[in-house]
Amino acid sequence: MERPNLDYIKEISGGNEEFEKRFLTIIQNEFPKEKSDYLENLQQENLEESAKIVHKIKHKLGILGLQEGYRLAIKYEEDLKFGNTNLEKDFQEILHTVEEFIVKIA
Amino acid sequence: MKSIIVDDEASARAIVKELCRKIPEMEVRAEFPNALEALKFLKNDEVDLIFLDIHMPKLTGIDFIETLQNPPKIVLTTSDKNFAIEAYEYPFIVDYLVKPITPERFEKCITRLEGAFEKDDLNSQLGGGTHGQEEELYINIDRRLIKLKLRDILLIEAKGDYIEIQTNDKRYRVHSTLKKIKEKLPESRFLQIHRSFIINFTQIVDIQDNSVLIERNVIPISRSNRPELMQRLNLL
Repeated sequence: MERPNLDYIKEISGGNEEFEKRFLTIIQNEFPKEKSDYLENLQQENLEESAKIVHKIKHKLGILGLQEGYRLAIKYEEDLKFGNTNLEKDFQEILHTVEEFIVKIA
Repeated sequence: MKSIIVDDEASARAIVKELCRKIPEMEVRAEFPNALEALKFLKNDEVDLIFLDIHMPKLTGIDFIETLQNPPKIVLTTSDKNFAIEAYEYPFIVDYLVKPITPERFEKCITRLEGAFEKDDLNSQLGGGTHGQEEELYINIDRRLIKLKLRDILLIEAKGDYIEIQTNDKRYRVHSTLKKIKEKLPESRFLQIHRSFIINFTQIVDIQDNSVLIERNVIPISRSNRPELMQRLNLL
């Protein structure tokens, strides 16, 4: 399974470590909130709203270099709009991977 | 360029801000997590450019655009690749960036913006308003100035020292170059897809292999121009 990395963030920062730190703090704050909003909406079967949050999370997967995860999120977002939750488990695994990574870099 | 960033994701705003920081002529005046706050700001402050996310809760980027009386240049930012053609329906939308935005793509966007601002300057020096200038083009044929509506132009073909402008019902031969006419055409609608052809890409009927069909004209796409064309299409 692919692992998250900081390549994109380093490319954007161009060596600006202050930005890198600030940016990682943003991700560390933003991601858990989005994850919990996603799970809450999913639990309430509010799939349209869940799709909107997957849309945001998708961007973070791209930022963290999870190309396969990004592609899966595109499909999952579309599926959710049509009431299809088949990819729920796969997406959950990706969220877990990101969460672990975020804790590790904290 | 005085700009603001409107995006409900703090991480997305931070990336655009960092990319802007590396452009000396770019000044980010403020950033907003929603369109309503941006609207409030714009009541009292003028900017040249807005980096605008499309997918935002309550008021979306497109809703926001619709409420602007005098829109500045806008660069859309989104994780949704299937939006390009709709985006270019607005003449003040200069570019469309798919997140995560790469530095290379951002640089290209800045070049596009510079071109758009230069075109505005040129138009104002000529005494015309931007919108009016963008909607029509006068061509000189046999000492007559003929007005063409830009939306009627299908394609332009280079033919030696001349260019041929194909509209819905006529073909005009003008002593000029593709380079010159390209400077007069809005990027929101026109794109060079081959060294001899500029097309109005809103008029594409279909695309097959290395050619596009516009009305009944089959136009070749060069390999180097193909990625930009594909990027502008609303692909499913």
